[in-house]
Amino acid sequence: MRRAFAGPTFGALLLALAASSARAEVIEIKAEKLAFAPAQIAAHVGDTIVWVNADFVAHTATARNGAWDMMMPPNTKKELVLKSAGTVDYYCKFHPNMIGKITVTE
Amino acid sequence: MFIRVAGMAGALAALVFAGPASAQGKPTDPQIAHIAYTAGQIDIEAAEQALKKSKNKEVIAFAQNMVSDHKAVNEKALALVKKLKVTPEDNDTSKSLSQQAAQKRAELGKLSGSAFDKAYVDNEVAYHKTVNGALENTLIPSATNPELKDLLSTGLKIFQGHEQHAEHVAAALK
Repeated sequence: MRRAFAGPTFGALLLALAASSARAEVIEIKAEKLAFAPAQIAAHVGDTIVWVNADFVAHTATARNGAWDMMMPPNTKKELVLKSAGTVDYYCKFHPNMIGKITVTE
Repeated sequence: MFIRVAGMAGALAALVFAGPASAQGKPTDPQIAHIAYTAGQIDIEAAEQALKKSKNKEVIAFAQNMVSDHKAVNEKALALVKKLKVTPEDNDTSKSLSQQAAQKRAELGKLSGSAFDKAYVDNEVAYHKTVNGALENTLIPSATNPELKDLLSTGLKIFQGHEQHAEHVAAALK
């Protein structure tokens, strides 16, 4: 009985794992006209953030906690794979009026 | 020094107050283009002076960004006036800005080390404040061409970023 029960549970766990890795998303954030859009993002560990700088000046996406610092020349993209859970506030070093927030869950 | 900063602000402040209230005080698009371009050029020259004189990492990074951003905005402005077949027109505000800037450069030229860094960054805070006020209250509302208005509005957001960046550098120098 116990054995029979353990089987499907383990299977379900595998399925859940497969589903979670298949769920890894690519989330695009545009830096345009001196604003990050969307400014707030909810993501999961394993997701990839792609910042697209659509402006004609350089921007950065700089984590306030020092975790990452992405430099984006005009009309370029930068990718970041989210490796840990938590909330990170970020801003542009050159234009600190540009701010964003990423909330990462497991 | 304070008087000169105030003088520089005065040229734009006069424009702000003479602005939308009186029709004859309202700058035309060719004048607005000239004032905006001149204001950008002044900040590029100030940054080039800082790049020659400063050894402070944050001041240098700030000055490098001023050069690249203001050059980018002015290139856009030149492309736009060319497209619109507008010839930027020199005017008293532009002349006064250039004069004040030359005085400021001479004054900063006599300083060195941390005294230069502080004076340069403090002036950047004050200068961006003044230019942003003029853009917001006079130049943008007075501009009639929608593309010029749009570029000035994007410029304002960029320069508001510079004002905050300069404030951060000023705080770090203390």
